Amino acid sequence: MQTGNYSINEPSMSKLFDNLAEKGKTMYAPKNRGERILFQKVEKFGEIAGDYLLTANSAKEVVFPRYEKVFSYKKTQDGILINDPTGNPFSEVVLWGSRPCDAAAFIPMTNTFEKDYIDNLYVKRRKNLLVLSFSCNTCDEFCFCTSVNGGPGNTAGSDILFTRLQTGDFLAEIITEKGKKVVEENSSLFEASTAEGKEQSLAKVEPRFNQDEIQAKLQELFENPLWAEKSRACLGCGTCAYICPVCSCFDIQDEAHGSQGTRLRCWDSCGFSLFTLHTSGHNPRPDQGTRWRQRILHKFRYMPDKSKIAGCVGCGRCSRSCPAGINILDTVTAL
Amino acid sequence: MSEFEPKIVAFVCNWCTYAGADLTGTSRIKYAQNVKIIRFPCTGRIDFMLLLKAFAEGADGIIVSGCHPNDCHYTSGNFHARRRWITFRSLLDFLGIDVRRIQFSWVSAAEGAKWAEIANTTVNNIRELGPYTDYAKVAVHLKKEAKV
Amino acid sequence: MNELIKKAASLLEANEVQVVIGYGLGSAKRPQAIFVTTPAGCEQLMFDNRCIQNLAVYLTKQEIRKLGKPAIVAPLPVLRSIVQLVAEQQLTEGDLVVLGIDPDGKLLEFSSFKAIESFLSDHKIVIEEKYLKKIEEIKNMPVGERFAYWVELLEPCFKCYACRAACPLCYCTRCTIENNQPQWIPVASHLQGNLEWHVMRAMHLAGRCTDCEACYHACPLGIPIHLLNKSLIQDLSESFGDYGPKISEPNMLSSFDPDDKESFIR
Repeated sequence: MQTGNYSINEPSMSKLFDNLAEKGKTMYAPKNRGERILFQKVEKFGEIAGDYLLTANSAKEVVFPRYEKVFSYKKTQDGILINDPTGNPFSEVVLWGSRPCDAAAFIPMTNTFEKDYIDNLYVKRRKNLLVLSFSCNTCDEFCFCTSVNGGPGNTAGSDILFTRLQTGDFLAEIITEKGKKVVEENSSLFEASTAEGKEQSLAKVEPRFNQDEIQAKLQELFENPLWAEKSRACLGCGTCAYICPVCSCFDIQDEAHGSQGTRLRCWDSCGFSLFTLHTSGHNPRPDQGTRWRQRILHKFRYMPDKSKIAGCVGCGRCSRSCPAGINILDTVTAL
Repeated sequence: MSEFEPKIVAFVCNWCTYAGADLTGTSRIKYAQNVKIIRFPCTGRIDFMLLLKAFAEGADGIIVSGCHPNDCHYTSGNFHARRRWITFRSLLDFLGIDVRRIQFSWVSAAEGAKWAEIANTTVNNIRELGPYTDYAKVAVHLKKEAKV
Repeated sequence: MNELIKKAASLLEANEVQVVIGYGLGSAKRPQAIFVTTPAGCEQLMFDNRCIQNLAVYLTKQEIRKLGKPAIVAPLPVLRSIVQLVAEQQLTEGDLVVLGIDPDGKLLEFSSFKAIESFLSDHKIVIEEKYLKKIEEIKNMPVGERFAYWVELLEPCFKCYACRAACPLCYCTRCTIENNQPQWIPVASHLQGNLEWHVMRAMHLAGRCTDCEACYHACPLGIPIHLLNKSLIQDLSESFGDYGPKISEPNMLSSFDPDDKESFIR
């Protein structure tokens, strides 16, 4: 439901950032941290990293923190008191500088947390989130958004998509009501415009495979030597899952402290050997091959089978960061 | 404001320092009440992480004490412990965890007076350094999250 | 390089080994671990200074052990890890063939693990100057500032355990951190959880770490956690003498000297 195109120049961008921050919203943006550029809280426009393709971590933390309180309890003389955090106010968050793939990831994520069981923690965070994305004008050999229904100028998941045009100004495509409200509240910064010049400014991301074909092939490949072969170098860490903008598996942990404590949900990864380990000692996924198969099947078959949305947005983070150099494209294109 | 009373946790071995501290009592030697003793079979059994747990729980200082070299009930537990403490102390120091707050000592079963002296000087040293909040602060999320 | 390829192919040809663990070029033109099972496949083997992953990590992985007896391409860091694994009884003579690569890129053949050990005695672990400087700089901070420095550095860690998975010496099938009933080290990646995890990692590797930097190269967030290990290597060699993997002597932290010197025990 695109509601209009505007243009905005660079000085006004910084003004827009300040205006949003002044309203007490928590701003998340790509920022230098040590040797990497990471999505993290920023205070000032000047802190935002200038030149980046993608951050090392994904933006999912704004809706699905790496650890999150589910509830806490305390034993008192009057019984056990329970604190449910969903009753607390959630701060308004602006995700600034996400890429179209980052934004598109909120769609499968929302599907996971809001489809059958409504996860209130997620719902509240997502509701309070404003996504201001920037189109890609560069890409690298790990990018494959165009193979999973995305693209360097894809608007899905964003509230506003900015595209830096060759003139130096930004095209602002208003995608949602939330986005529209931003323009209304900062109308002096925006000028009505057309989408002209967008295509020419976008990166060319070559399609690498056809998602529908892959989904069809995966119906039959459950038992195949390919899984072990392609995952041979896998070290069994959780990097691919933790930097993936779509992966949303978690583990429940209790931190007890005398007669009070907290139940937390913490990120987990299907790459870990303990992920499926039963109490009996039996492990239905006994090696990295079966775990790698699960990762691929979950993203490219189970999720599209169930809800018509692939569990991968083609950002390529897993391939860029894998400590063993495993490239997800090698597996998918070999199917 | 009331005067700062340091909280000190002492990890001691059963055979020497614990018996030594017992002797302090039976000898009617008074010493600072700030020290809470936790008894272990041997200094070799004291997991390094326990020290961090003590700091996380709000200890301002720590004493680790056991048998003098060559006196270990298990022959070499304290020798192993010594290597471990040399290593751990160097790591803690590198991480900026205040090692002045950890007192290591050898106190035998016959050294009741030495135990009192170690306890008293540690309490005085920590009193001078003030409360230790650096480490407890990183653990504070527990209490914050647990707020009911 | 031809030498390496020829040797590897001949080992597979003669069925002396069933798999060669080495480096090859991946699809994105990055070197990565490859597992060659046919003589013809050995053509893919390569080695240059971009080959920084420590392949010794695969020697203890069940998936790789299943492939049969391995030969492994072993530059200096891999050789060190192999000796340490031997010292810890994770490998025994005859388990594998080591295709050593000396610092000039020449192929090295070893008749036994002892021979690797004696080769390594001429190639001691030396902490690079830039790291010594960094360590010194950190040590010179006031204690509170130093703590704040580490808290800030470790804060982004989300505990994917790539550091653990990439380390050839973290071969336990069940890690202390996974013992969570009761919880000992917090699983959550909050500050305390992160700090205690990295303290534990450093302590469990103290006296064993061979300074290969695999943990650092694996970290997707680029956190320089290897500084902890390097600082310990430096301090341990000052306290306990010659540091490095050895078959002929017990591990540094599982042994002692009655005359160990310290200045802080009263």
